[in-house]
Amino acid sequence: MAPDSKLMTLAEAVSRFVPDGSSVVAGTALESFIPFAAGREIIRQRKRDLTLIGPISDILFDQLIGAGCVRRVRAAWVGNVITGSGYNFRRAVEDGALEIEDHSNLTLALALRAAAMGVPFMPARTALGSDLFKTNANLKTMICPFTGDTLTAVAAIAPDVAIVHVQRADEYGNAHAWGNLGVTREACLASRHIIITAEEIVAHDVITSDPNRVITPGFRVSAVAHASWGAHPSPVPGYYNRDHQAFLDYQESSQTPEAFAQWQARWVDGARSDKDYLALLGEKRVAGLRLKHHAPAEAVDYGY
Amino acid sequence: MDTKGEGEHVGEHVGERKARPYGDLYTAAELMVAAAAREIKDGDVVFVGMRLPLLGFQLAKHTHAPNAVGVYELGIVRDAAAPEPIFTMGDLPNLHRATWLADTGDVMGLLQQGLVDVSFIGGAQVDRFGNLNTSYIGGPDKIETRLPGSGGACDLAGLARRHIIIMAHEKRRFVPKVDYITSPGYGDGAGWRERVGLPRGGPSTVITTFAILRFDPETREMMLSSTHPGVAVEDVMSNTGWPLKVAASVTETPAPTEDELSILRRFDPQGFWTGV
Repeated sequence: MAPDSKLMTLAEAVSRFVPDGSSVVAGTALESFIPFAAGREIIRQRKRDLTLIGPISDILFDQLIGAGCVRRVRAAWVGNVITGSGYNFRRAVEDGALEIEDHSNLTLALALRAAAMGVPFMPARTALGSDLFKTNANLKTMICPFTGDTLTAVAAIAPDVAIVHVQRADEYGNAHAWGNLGVTREACLASRHIIITAEEIVAHDVITSDPNRVITPGFRVSAVAHASWGAHPSPVPGYYNRDHQAFLDYQESSQTPEAFAQWQARWVDGARSDKDYLALLGEKRVAGLRLKHHAPAEAVDYGY
Repeated sequence: MDTKGEGEHVGEHVGERKARPYGDLYTAAELMVAAAAREIKDGDVVFVGMRLPLLGFQLAKHTHAPNAVGVYELGIVRDAAAPEPIFTMGDLPNLHRATWLADTGDVMGLLQQGLVDVSFIGGAQVDRFGNLNTSYIGGPDKIETRLPGSGGACDLAGLARRHIIIMAHEKRRFVPKVDYITSPGYGDGAGWRERVGLPRGGPSTVITTFAILRFDPETREMMLSSTHPGVAVEDVMSNTGWPLKVAASVTETPAPTEDELSILRRFDPQGFWTGV
């Protein structure tokens, strides 16, 4: 018997699974696969009091903060990878408008891994001697009961929802991603709900033809939404390159609240569908981001 | 640098200092990348950070370190330089013909096991024992400027066998004691890393817009090792916020060779990272 379809619009997925006040892990593959389309939808729906969780997020978190959606951030880094500071983030922290829990990439990965494993914490050797302990109450030092070594105990983080962009998924939530995965697998298993946004919705048989490429079991997924170019301006292996210009432009667009309001009016509220967004980008720019060199992998045999 | 500690794009600071100090020969950033590349030994496992180190690794692979292995925090291991210029480690050319695409936890595991020889980190503020702040200028209770945070920098500084710091040399950045330790150096001196439980490592080199600094093996204090061509020891001293120790014999940092410059310019054709 086929399971129920979880396919819905991105608007419905965000409306149902990202209520005000929820904790959201996103940007889990670091520089790539960033679910920007979902971020724009969260902004359009004027979500409030979110907790954002992630390793670096590039400018995704900065956008959500600038739009007033965020109360708390639990992350290793928030900014604009090729230019430096995220100005909305910086302003909000300096004004005391955000609650911050400082992580490193490894402590964030382990916090999600702990939740994914169903244990209250994971031990680590990182962060010792750093001041992360001063601005993150979920890191404590501990003595290893076996070796006597000093370790960092990283408390589990179990987000309400993971938002993950992938290349392709079936309607039941089975999703293929290939490329660098960052903390994607831990994030999915750690979260109560998972929203998958996918470049393409494909038949179930396509997914089960290559089960090693599935990021998390479909039964854990709550929603699947088709989002073509859904990670732009970040890259998606096999689909499109990184749009560096968008990140450079964003530096200026976030420098003042007024400039950010203009950015939001144009790129978020002014482009309500994938189609509007692509039209705004323009054909020439879109064509310039498509792959120039294809490099398909050798097929593998899962026969018996 | 790593992983993204730096508050702003290094190229900008280099430009602020003095326009084209080396005339049309090369830029300060090119000299810094060449110096960074030379810190990589052939066969090293290198945890490659953001920005200039992306180029430093490309350069080392094409010159003296063809057998170096690159590890990237988003879950990439590769044994060949990316075939085209890249701006971030997630750019698709950096995935092409990688030797491993994996999870952040996997590559951080290599780091925790002690299998990473060298890593690169950028800093906004550094102190005399090589502690780095990329989080809070003014400290968390009296925030003057919020910077992006650790990214992987704290992990690299704690767990690589050695790490190299790359940053602009300005008095406001070179302070006696950082306002917040994002990425640990030698803490308050010899024995500190062992006391807090760090298993190994520490900063070996600081590459700045003016000079190369290393650490006294006894006291773990930063020490001037070489000045870049045209930079006087006094220039370095007056841009450092404490009485900097000077090595017995300060040398001149070797300028980038023509071969190094031509490779660098191939991987940064528009001078995005290394232009003045």
